[in-house]
Amino acid sequence: MAIQTPNGFTLDNSGKRVVVDPITRIEGHLRIEVNVDDDNIIRNAVSTGTMWRGLEVILKGRDPRDAWAFTQRICGVCTGTHALTSVRAVEDALNIDIPENANTIRNLMQLTLQVHDHIVHFYHLHALDWVDVVSGLSADPKATSELAQSISNWPKSSPGYFKDLQTRLKKFVESGQLGLFRNAYWGHPAYKLPPEANLMATAHYLEALDFQKEIKKIHTIFGGKNPHPNWLVGGVPCPINVSDTGAVGAINIERLAHVKRIIDQCRQFSEQVYLPDLLAIASFYKDWTYGGGISGQNVMSYGDIPEHANDYSADNLLLPRGAILNGNLAEIHEVDQRNPDEIQEFVPHSWYSYADESIGLHPWDGVTEPNFELGPNAKGTKTHLEELDEDAKYSWIKSPRWKGNPMEVGPLARYIIGYAQGNPEFKEPVDKVLTDLDLPVTALFSTLGRTAARGLECVWAADKMDHFYNKLITNIRNGDVATANTQQWDPKTWPSDVKGVGFTEAPRGALGHWIHIKDTRIENYQAVVPTTWNAGPRDNEGNIGAYEASLMDTPMADPEQPLEILRTIHSFDPCLACSTHVMSPDGDELADIKVR
Amino acid sequence: MKALALGVGNLLWADEGFGVRCVEAFAERFAIPEQLTVADGGTQGLYLVDLIREHNPVVIFDAVDFGDAPGSMRVVADDEIPAFVAGKKVSLHQAGLQDVIACAKLLGDCAENMLLIGVQPVELEDYGGSLRPEVKAQIPAALDVARNYLTGFGILLEEARGKSGASIITPGLELAAYEAERPDSDSACRQGDARVLARARAQ
Repeated sequence: MAIQTPNGFTLDNSGKRVVVDPITRIEGHLRIEVNVDDDNIIRNAVSTGTMWRGLEVILKGRDPRDAWAFTQRICGVCTGTHALTSVRAVEDALNIDIPENANTIRNLMQLTLQVHDHIVHFYHLHALDWVDVVSGLSADPKATSELAQSISNWPKSSPGYFKDLQTRLKKFVESGQLGLFRNAYWGHPAYKLPPEANLMATAHYLEALDFQKEIKKIHTIFGGKNPHPNWLVGGVPCPINVSDTGAVGAINIERLAHVKRIIDQCRQFSEQVYLPDLLAIASFYKDWTYGGGISGQNVMSYGDIPEHANDYSADNLLLPRGAILNGNLAEIHEVDQRNPDEIQEFVPHSWYSYADESIGLHPWDGVTEPNFELGPNAKGTKTHLEELDEDAKYSWIKSPRWKGNPMEVGPLARYIIGYAQGNPEFKEPVDKVLTDLDLPVTALFSTLGRTAARGLECVWAADKMDHFYNKLITNIRNGDVATANTQQWDPKTWPSDVKGVGFTEAPRGALGHWIHIKDTRIENYQAVVPTTWNAGPRDNEGNIGAYEASLMDTPMADPEQPLEILRTIHSFDPCLACSTHVMSPDGDELADIKVR
Repeated sequence: MKALALGVGNLLWADEGFGVRCVEAFAERFAIPEQLTVADGGTQGLYLVDLIREHNPVVIFDAVDFGDAPGSMRVVADDEIPAFVAGKKVSLHQAGLQDVIACAKLLGDCAENMLLIGVQPVELEDYGGSLRPEVKAQIPAALDVARNYLTGFGILLEEARGKSGASIITPGLELAAYEAERPDSDSACRQGDARVLARARAQ
């Protein structure tokens, strides 16, 4: 039976049901169910987070100054972003100002994470949805070299280089150790690249894997160690001592020079490898226009990367802030995280209980009481779900809404808002890509648009790293070496009952932490993460969210091999942040695909 | 090339924290020599590939489902390792140790000598909880195994004898503070939110 959602989608669950569980190559556990019609076109989509995170309940009663360390551990990917959001929330609650250098260094940390995450996401988690590694084995190395040299002046492009790689790859595939290359649908008809483009992209897959280790060294330098760099409420935990030669952790001339070298490498890699690859791959998929979902209607960004310390207003944030509704690019709405009527979480389709589930709750008033129950039309059991009932509760993710509207967040949202603002830093690169590929601006609202925005943002972030590096050097030269404000470190100086909010733009979208501190301890802590915005279930009015909407009307070549679903869901860079569970030695990691 | 003692897993999920708690204890118990790196790998998944490319030998501490009795320890070497960590996802976009090792091999410079010291977990479903006693009790034995293995490569570990080792773990997450400051079950509402429970009681 077909139903119309208030946000303009026609859902029909009468056709064959396809269940993909789990979606592989993502963080955390996500299950997607769709119904396809007789032509295998998706007519209904159901997105469900199948694990409960419960960050809120482990932070209650803890020291607010330690919250960042816990939030850093909830996820293997956005570690630094959660830590930064957490210290900002505590500083907001306690009214702590941070020194200018601390803001600059935090921006460098955050931009480093953007560059790192975007490169790893594109090459290691998403590219294989477009690139057929096995096809690359039959490429002509000489033709591959010509292709590579025609799109970039990146030096690693000789016929011999690609020949060597191909030999190594063949040996690897023949040994049966596919590693990260398993769980893919090699030979699927939706792959369109010629063998040479596949080989080139596979070479860059490996180069990116090798290069990413350099990027992270910036976190080691400013955060003392990596993985899990240190953060500090009131600033950053690294003293600056330019004339110093050996003290552990201090920022000296030698370490700053190292940071500069890495920034230059980041700019080269994103401009000479990532962006050309993106354009080359996109040119073969121009007719794959699916996956836009709600991006052409509602997008939101909190904004991030404050130019100056302690000012989180839109004018001071280099990543754009605001919301667009109903595709009206002429009007950008201000977003207020403190207003109880703006950001609210709903649970009528989530496995939680509210006293009144017809209303949403602002995160400061957030309640997290689990209530795992299956709807009357669900098939299977609680421990072995065959098919969900999307008319009832069906996900561990809540449904966040902004003024009642589902919103898409992430690089595409940021670029649409920047574009709508007419900000040349965002508009010009977008226009150039559209011109180069001969595409209209509406092509942005698609799976590929999302993937392209991430690549453009990587180039942008690497440039901004250079900007903040220069700023840090100038400030140090002017004699300002302060990195932390510890005046309010002692809990005795704190008010007895305060609330705060911290926000960032994580690589995958708007991230907010809301904290309530009572008598120096955490009374309540709520995190609304980007994937909650994008992957959340239907709301009280029946609106579908970004993931579900993005899958609608996509044709599938073969429902048993749901490459098209992976392609679109991966374009969001999902991160369900729930961490690991032990599986048996013969544990089956292959996604279970069921078609009924 | 330096040697590596690496702990992996998520310390927020009870016995899943075994690997990380091992390296924490390792750095407290031994004086760390120049030629050894001790690292808390957490759930960094794919990013751990750098560590096993840049070190040799490598000792990995982890909670692994061997199908053994809960709390028992098993030691696995070199090419045997991938099979035991095949289904296990270390996280970071669901890349497991098996993937990490495969990547390092594809890049051509995976550590030649690796030892996995695994313990069979007792409890995982306790978010915010710590190691169960049976699992915690295996830490000294796990460290002994690591020391013997490293000694075979000429890396001699001496007891730090009261000198505190390098700080491996993020401040605030050290085992003692993590356990002592965990709010009790009622105040943390691990059985449900207080406001909701209050409502339920009032009804």
